[in-house]
Amino acid sequence: MSDATIAIAGPQPTSRVDLIGARDPNWLRLVLIALTILFGAAFLLAPLAVVAAEAFAKGAPVFWAALSDPDAFAAIRLTLTIALIVVPINTALGIAAAWTVSKFDFKGKTLLLTLLDLPFSVSPVVSGLVFVLVFGAQGLLGSWFADRGIQVIFAVPGMVLATLFVTCPFVARELIPVMQQFGSTEEEAALSLGASGWKTFVTVTLPNIRWALLSGVLLCNARAMGEFGAVSVVSGHIRGLTNTIPLQVEILYNEYNIAAAFALASLLALLALVTLGLKSLLEWRVHGSLR
Amino acid sequence: MSAPEQARAPFLFRTPSAIPGFPLTFAFTGAFLLLIVLFPLATLIGKASGLGVSGFIAILSERRVISALEVSFGLSLVSALVSGVVGIPIAWALTRYDFLGRRWLDAIVDLPFALPTAVAGIALSTLYATNGWFGAALAKVGITVAFTRLGIVVAMVFVGFPFVVRTLQPLIETLEVDLEEASASLGAGRLRTLWRVVLPPLVPAILTGIALAFARGVGEYGSVIFIAGNLAGKTEIAPLLIVEKLEAFDYRGATAIATIMLAISFLGLLAINRTQAWTRRRLGDV
Repeated sequence: MSDATIAIAGPQPTSRVDLIGARDPNWLRLVLIALTILFGAAFLLAPLAVVAAEAFAKGAPVFWAALSDPDAFAAIRLTLTIALIVVPINTALGIAAAWTVSKFDFKGKTLLLTLLDLPFSVSPVVSGLVFVLVFGAQGLLGSWFADRGIQVIFAVPGMVLATLFVTCPFVARELIPVMQQFGSTEEEAALSLGASGWKTFVTVTLPNIRWALLSGVLLCNARAMGEFGAVSVVSGHIRGLTNTIPLQVEILYNEYNIAAAFALASLLALLALVTLGLKSLLEWRVHGSLR
Repeated sequence: MSAPEQARAPFLFRTPSAIPGFPLTFAFTGAFLLLIVLFPLATLIGKASGLGVSGFIAILSERRVISALEVSFGLSLVSALVSGVVGIPIAWALTRYDFLGRRWLDAIVDLPFALPTAVAGIALSTLYATNGWFGAALAKVGITVAFTRLGIVVAMVFVGFPFVVRTLQPLIETLEVDLEEASASLGAGRLRTLWRVVLPPLVPAILTGIALAFARGVGEYGSVIFIAGNLAGKTEIAPLLIVEKLEAFDYRGATAIATIMLAISFLGLLAINRTQAWTRRRLGDV
């Protein structure tokens, strides 16, 4: 794999940086390193530490009791269900969008890319609100679904839709730069040798994009499981039915059931850490600097 | 593709290609974006235009609405600037220096992207509560963070500063070290070199990072509401007011606030894009 495939940021220390003229004075290095470590400790490590500390503040039995509570269990199941529906759809979307955008030139490409990026710049609350407006009682489609006895808003279908909206850019964002960098020459070679389109994708394209794809899927999944604002707006907040883990965390916290709230929150924090860990491994791997 | 070429082939929707799969991938992508992204957002705009200008103005001149928009946009701006101030040295240290734990810190800078906002919210709120790890210490010197505007800034900086770090890092990596050498050999001190040689080409990326942090702060909900106190007129952010209007079945109010938030964010990003283009023109192609 060529070095040009790197689409993700990551430090690559070079010895050239230590050229005498490009070297910062020691006092400056010390100040900036101290600032970085202090800020990292206060803003990144402390929130993680406080989640762990509060989750176990009343001991392991309380922690396990909070996780095995039926409502908590239902929230975990709903979170997994939504992710299982949303992540495959948005993975397919990401691959399709990246293929369309990077292999072809067509009119309206910029518009398509803008639409694809739009959910990132919309407030989560607004992302939920638009679905309430579409599927709510006075919405364009709301009465049509209501007549057929299908509840979309304040029920699971609405939560799936809102999550689809919020997480649709993740996979495409990771794939597009990588696929653009590779160009189409390898695919053209495979096709001219008689491979079918699908076979070309699986045997030529997929190996080139697999790490970016995995990275996108990880990020998409993390957001799908952790989304709060958008899902909160379209959820009915019914315990055991329409509460995901983040919504259940909010309810428990507002009821001053702090230990239980943080016990459930620790699951999500763990998910975030695993996601970050795997993503860093992928980046270090792509950079070829995994020692 | 240049304009004359397009003019010669005006009816060609796409440039011919040997690669298969365009109809399938384009149709799927287009249909998805139309149904899941464009249609719902267009519905919002449609509902907003149904309010009429006078209805719109009536809602937006409610004192509570004005105050929520002020809190959201004002504090987002403050937080984005703070994110810039702390993000620049962090990006520099993580990219240029080698120190114990650098790789770990670098990996964990993305935490605010990966950590669900509700978890960040209750964690920050617990840390800065008056009996929390940081809150107790700050209370001794008379600073209250939780349930004040300062708390909102803390939460917005938490979700915002990684944008500055992550937009800067790739650029710092590709800086020409030779230029710094040259500057030093011509007799400039290191600080002067940093200010006159290193910083200028980084300005567009810094602005982009700050703009992204600002946009994230304006829309942020989960991380902020637990630490904000949510007092109407003081510490109530616009996204929360939308939620409250929805819970009161005031769909018109929610629609108006959401539309104005979308519009202002859009204009803000446009302004930043202009600034960037201007910086590029002024400093040459960097």
